[in-house]
Amino acid sequence: MKFLDEYRDGELAQKLAAEIHRVTTKSWTIMEVCGGQTHAIIKFGIDELLPKQITLIHGPGCPVCVTPLEVIDQALKIAARSEVVFTSFGDMLRVPGSTTDLLAVKALGGDVRIVYSPLDAVKLAVENPTREVVFFGVGFETTAPATAMAVFQAAQKGLKNFSMLISHVLVPPAIEALMSSPNCRVQGFLAAGHVCAVMGYEEYFPLAKKYHIPIVVTGFEPLDILHGILLTVQQLESGRAEVENQYARAVSRAGNLPAQDLIKKVFKIVPRKWRGIGEIPQSGLGLSAAYAVFDAAKKFKLADHRVEEPAECIAGLILQGLKKPHECPAFGTRCTPEHPFGATMVSSEGACAAYYRFRRHDAKELAGAK
Amino acid sequence: MKPINFGASCPIPISQYPHVLMAHGGGGKLMHRLLEDVFGKAFSNSILDTRHDSAQFNFPAGKLAMTTDSYVVRPIFFPGGDIGSMAIHGTVNDLAMSGARPLYLTSAFIIEEGLPMETLWRVVCSMRVAAEKCGVQIVTGDTKVVDKGKGDGLFINTAGIGVIEHEQKILPQHVQPGDAVIVSGDLGRHGMAIMAVREGLQFESAIESDSAPVHEVVLDLLQAGIEIHCLRDLTRGGLASALNEIAEAAGVKIAVEQKAIPVREDVHAACEMLGLDPLHVANEGRFVAFIPAQDVDRALKIMERHEVAAGAALIGLVVGKSAPLVTIKSPLGASRILDMPSGEQLPRIC
Repeated sequence: MKFLDEYRDGELAQKLAAEIHRVTTKSWTIMEVCGGQTHAIIKFGIDELLPKQITLIHGPGCPVCVTPLEVIDQALKIAARSEVVFTSFGDMLRVPGSTTDLLAVKALGGDVRIVYSPLDAVKLAVENPTREVVFFGVGFETTAPATAMAVFQAAQKGLKNFSMLISHVLVPPAIEALMSSPNCRVQGFLAAGHVCAVMGYEEYFPLAKKYHIPIVVTGFEPLDILHGILLTVQQLESGRAEVENQYARAVSRAGNLPAQDLIKKVFKIVPRKWRGIGEIPQSGLGLSAAYAVFDAAKKFKLADHRVEEPAECIAGLILQGLKKPHECPAFGTRCTPEHPFGATMVSSEGACAAYYRFRRHDAKELAGAK
Repeated sequence: MKPINFGASCPIPISQYPHVLMAHGGGGKLMHRLLEDVFGKAFSNSILDTRHDSAQFNFPAGKLAMTTDSYVVRPIFFPGGDIGSMAIHGTVNDLAMSGARPLYLTSAFIIEEGLPMETLWRVVCSMRVAAEKCGVQIVTGDTKVVDKGKGDGLFINTAGIGVIEHEQKILPQHVQPGDAVIVSGDLGRHGMAIMAVREGLQFESAIESDSAPVHEVVLDLLQAGIEIHCLRDLTRGGLASALNEIAEAAGVKIAVEQKAIPVREDVHAACEMLGLDPLHVANEGRFVAFIPAQDVDRALKIMERHEVAAGAALIGLVVGKSAPLVTIKSPLGASRILDMPSGEQLPRIC
């Protein structure tokens, strides 16, 4: 396929891998931030091409995984209401709340629908004036402009039967939180290309400087990721700590300015709890005062309640890069994509699910070797 | 899509009964008329025409194969087929996976009250055309009408009987280390054709379902003396599910190669857009065959002679007896597990 197969070329991948081997002299730990990159690394076996000295840590960049349990519980409560059409991206449907998931709510009669764009939810609200249409707005900066556009359009149309349950999160505060943790082992970051396509990459300069850490804006195809790793290792080996742009075919320094304007207009920056990590200051987007009327949590009067994660689940440690999925005693036995303990096993971009789908024979071999 | 028409428009006058009513399943005159004028007319053959509670027929000597399947596709009409042709092809293909020659089918309809009579007629006509093409007869059937809202327009169940005229044992348990794994053509078209219509996705040209009968291909392979160890049609769950089921039943490790698996470019693009894996997507006219490695060239030549299997390809090997496992080699050369999809395929966020 054009513009895709070129970035999956086996020969070029081997050449890049050989170059990484050539320049690597020391041990380095690099985190890919985005779940889409984790998925590609495991699916294509990119880590198997790397020298042993390079450790990849899978970061917190799967929006499904980091959406807190209490927000999922709010979604389940709203979706079960008879007057509601609850709309969501597909992979949120299987994420377990404290007791159930959206697919089960649907099976019991809840009107839960998959949409591909928040704008489809606005359309549904226009077409169904007697129903309450709610959209589950999750994701990083990548999906925020579409969510913002949906709210903006709903306001312009004067829709009274449309609202959003929002749990948008931001990448730079998460990197800051990871780096300021005393346990942090990360020495270099592959920043998420699609997030930067929206936001640009100027906001990463202070982070690179403060923590003296290379940050390479990286795409999602195998050659992108290998190239991103090569640029990171070259910086590490030469003692540099810069922001570099590997994904120049999609990302500019300033990013998508109209999209950023829309985000600023509709949202404000708020503290946000990340599932498995805890609350990170200034790390989320919430509706600004002018658009607060579209807040579904307020509309349906869902009080903030706290929910504890299953004690056995180590998703938090995995999201922080402190553990690998197969180091969890429940991995692949009591915790599987069919019966997930935590969200990293649910989403196809979650590190646990990626390991389970593509790697469990390795995990078994590792377990056998112990 | 052009409506299939074999000379007559719907025999039940639209002006009288534009939609199916509860009474069409009620056992009275309306039902009698529906059976006679729609099903009786379309499916007419000497066995069905006796109008008895069960079909009576002679059967050639030999082993029999029997199967049943229910069809619930939405939308009823889609690029490349409809629920009617699918209900024939699907059951014919299930019989073909035993190397059987399909002979007789049953067909049972569960119709939601309010279904346009014209729609029912189009579906029935499509079934007749498909049955004729496959060389099978529909010899008995059933019709039920359910209340509005209790069905999704139209559900069809077909069961089929075929005769096994060969001595081979085509079963997962006969898959052996060293066997070659062949797919009969490009993958993922049916599932993506349906998904594209359902989700209103527009591509430069519509992706057409691969719905088609494959029994002639299988019979030709058997005729040529190809030793077939196992066959499986690649319906729900796609190639990934079929290979995992067979690995499980046979207790083997199967290794396939991504680059060798044919997927059309538009299907690939649609899957990339929705975050789906074409190897998890349903097909309705594709199968996987396990045969001895030395027969591969001959088998591929035979398959290529049939339009429905023209894109057949060797995709991998049975590596050995082991804990059940399917692996796939990426274009980069690394191997990973090819797993069954977990539950329904859900499009990703980004």
